[in-house]
Amino acid sequence: MQMIFNFKLHLYSFMLTSAILWLNIDQKPASKTEFAIIDFQEFEKMTMASSEKLRVYNFWATWCAPCVKEMPYFQQIQEEDQDIALIFISMDDGRKPERVTTFMERRKITSPVYLLNDVDYNKWIDKVSTDWSGAIPATLFIKADGSRFFHEGEVSYEELKAMIQKLKQ
Amino acid sequence: MKKISVLFSVVLLSLVFNKASAQDSQGYDIGDKASDFKLESVDGSWVSLAGLKSAKGAIVIFSCNTCPYVVAYEDRMIDLHNKYAALGYPVIAINPNDDQVSPGDSFEKMKERSQDKRFPFAYVYDRTQEVIKAYGGTRTPHVYILNKEGDDFIVKYIGAIDNNYQDASAVTENYVEEAMDAIMNGRTVATETTKAIGCTIKWSKKTE
Repeated sequence: MQMIFNFKLHLYSFMLTSAILWLNIDQKPASKTEFAIIDFQEFEKMTMASSEKLRVYNFWATWCAPCVKEMPYFQQIQEEDQDIALIFISMDDGRKPERVTTFMERRKITSPVYLLNDVDYNKWIDKVSTDWSGAIPATLFIKADGSRFFHEGEVSYEELKAMIQKLKQ
Repeated sequence: MKKISVLFSVVLLSLVFNKASAQDSQGYDIGDKASDFKLESVDGSWVSLAGLKSAKGAIVIFSCNTCPYVVAYEDRMIDLHNKYAALGYPVIAINPNDDQVSPGDSFEKMKERSQDKRFPFAYVYDRTQEVIKAYGGTRTPHVYILNKEGDDFIVKYIGAIDNNYQDASAVTENYVEEAMDAIMNGRTVATETTKAIGCTIKWSKKTE
């Protein structure tokens, strides 16, 4: 009797697990909310690659209020201007990537996102820019010719637009 | 007309791009004399450098309640105070954030946080943001180690606590402890400044 009960229990749990797995696969988020977790070397490689567009790397985190406030301005400008390539670099805790996934879904983040999980900050902050104290939000602009411009602090839509216009001249 | 708008955007841009670096260039460098302050702590006492009895210096940390990096470092801040206060270098945590901009950083919330975590160190409020401006702090947490030389408090180290906010057991460079060891043994601090990702200072809207 006990064995039959056990067997039934196993069967039920198997069915339940299969159902959950199937549901999970079915509800797998669209590729838009997928992102890679990278270290600084990978980030640097990305910035060194050539691009015909003005690349805009915005450093942010889900818990950073001024970052969250300015993100829609970046997205809006990306939608208006196909000559720029916007990339969001999350400074969230790489051990909890689900926070970023949830945020991207809720805030409808459509631009590429990378989670830069490299906590030995003093080793690389100056390589992004010597002007960067380490506070976020911060934004790195890389022109097609490879020249770099850096801004630390929150921007308004108008400020960001003006920065990009100037860099494109 | 176009020229005017271009000129305008150039001026605007240079203002905007220069803001961060201008903030950096203000404040203290290594070797500077730190000015004194008088700020209210969560226990109602007033804290100043001159008022530190028998102190040989201080570990000043710009801090707050709301920044996840600060939260990650709170236990390590407690450890630093427990280790170095008896040796003459107490931790003084200074919250510089405007409570209109960041309500979670109000003086009342500071009291709550201090009680919850049983902070052994003074946790003071830089309500007017004069101290953070004088020091040139740009983020939380942001450490300034001061060494008393004569009657002056000299800046010996500016930067992060260590090189791994996520995991204290995985730290490979204890910046503050290494600087403290050098200071107490009369050696030159090998790494005088470091950078780390941190939360922006929540500047008061009134002054901007």
